[in-house]
Amino acid sequence: MQYLFSVIHDDSGLATPDEDAAIDVFNARIQAEGHWVFAAGLASPSTATVIDNRGEEAMFTDGPFLESKEYLVGFWIIEAPDLDVALKLAAEGSKACNRKVEVRPIL
Amino acid sequence: MSVIDVQAAITRAHHEEWARVVAALTRRFGDLDIAEEAAAEAFATAVERWPVDGVPPNPGAWLTTTARRKAIDRIRRENKRDDKHKEARLLYDDDPPEPLGPIDDERLRLIFTCCHPALAVEARVALTLRMVAGLTVPEIARAFLVQESALGQRITRAKAKIKAARIPYRVPSAQDLPTRVSGVLAVLYLVFNEGYLATGPDTDPVRGDLTAEAIRLARLIRALMPADGEVAGLLALMLLIEARRTARVSASGELVALDEQDRGAWDTALIAEGHRLVRERLASGVAPGRYQILAAINAVHTSARDTRDTDWSQVVALYDQLVRLDPSPIVALNRAIALAELDGPQVALAAVDRLEDKLAGYHPYHATRADLLRRLGHSREARAAYDRAIELAGNTAETTVLTRRRDQLG
Repeated sequence: MQYLFSVIHDDSGLATPDEDAAIDVFNARIQAEGHWVFAAGLASPSTATVIDNRGEEAMFTDGPFLESKEYLVGFWIIEAPDLDVALKLAAEGSKACNRKVEVRPIL
Repeated sequence: MSVIDVQAAITRAHHEEWARVVAALTRRFGDLDIAEEAAAEAFATAVERWPVDGVPPNPGAWLTTTARRKAIDRIRRENKRDDKHKEARLLYDDDPPEPLGPIDDERLRLIFTCCHPALAVEARVALTLRMVAGLTVPEIARAFLVQESALGQRITRAKAKIKAARIPYRVPSAQDLPTRVSGVLAVLYLVFNEGYLATGPDTDPVRGDLTAEAIRLARLIRALMPADGEVAGLLALMLLIEARRTARVSASGELVALDEQDRGAWDTALIAEGHRLVRERLASGVAPGRYQILAAINAVHTSARDTRDTDWSQVVALYDQLVRLDPSPIVALNRAIALAELDGPQVALAAVDRLEDKLAGYHPYHATRADLLRRLGHSREARAAYDRAIELAGNTAETTVLTRRRDQLG
């Protein structure tokens, strides 16, 4: 089963070198243990473009679809047999990147 | 067998077998929904058949078999619509059971799943009362003064999350066990406390149904985990509080404080059982947790035949021990109440006043202050404190006694 770990950014600073190093250590470990599927950091919401092509022509809107002080700053997709394992990994991930992490099952 | 005997057999089977049937079916079919529905259908069938056919020699086995058939019927019906292969796999799944965790009972898996930390606390309480205790949705809704539909949704949502997020159906590993057990105990204590001092103004002040249910669940967990000190501690605590239940509300509907209770009305069998558990934990020599200390405090109270015989220095010493474990202001408030008996109301009041920042919205803080101020003869301040306590308290029996105390002030 796969889970999405959304990393929630809720202050102004970017990742510090210490956080980056801790994330690298965490990534190496979950790769070695076979949990790692994919992970990435995201550019700031101000660089986002929202596209809506449900109508006659595609509409482009500058900026994120939701303006919020808390936003998605990165994510992991991990493989875990159940939520207990996923939550344990998410707790370590949250510590490593020093941010809140939301865990959601992938259907 | 008379109708009454059959009725009693069904009630007993419901108490003893409900959780076992739900647990066995959840294990077999991997689905709480199917297990719950099939268990309910099996009991409904028992209500229909047992008066006619007689009570089967092994009610538990009868109920499990009947429930399993109901579940298979339901899966067949549903699978006719979709996946035939899944049906075959479900029906002929003879895989050996998974190795069990440190404790070997299906019901424990059920309890730990229902009390999983990824579920909201209200959902854990509702799910545990439904799936483990076998209370119906209307019964639970009444107990917690919520709409049936809202409570039903809470349970449905929790079951859906368990399934979709794959909350595992197992006893946690030895390493995770202590924290997970304390989560389970917290759910039971919540149920018990709601019964012990109902929060709402529109309900009985003391709810024997809820305290009894919490004790029944605690006994079950105690039987499943006899070596766990906190499980024993919580059971002892509940027994020693429950023993005083009939003495806690007066004929006129007032809550009666510990020092004014008719000690002859206390239940000596429950007290003896509680004391046995406390002695067992003391003999273990293992450092006690929170519930064990609270149980010991209640053991001191229930050992005194007269309130004047209470060993207050022992009570305060136990609270000191509890403060080190749990430095919350509520524990400090309770310690101050005991301190009043040992060192007098003046010393206690100073300790209580230090808690104002943290407890200004907590009615026992104001009730305690009011009582201490009354004992010190500060009527005007006592009256203001009673006013505030009455304003904040929800429990009818408590409001009544606070009002009388206020009105008796000189």
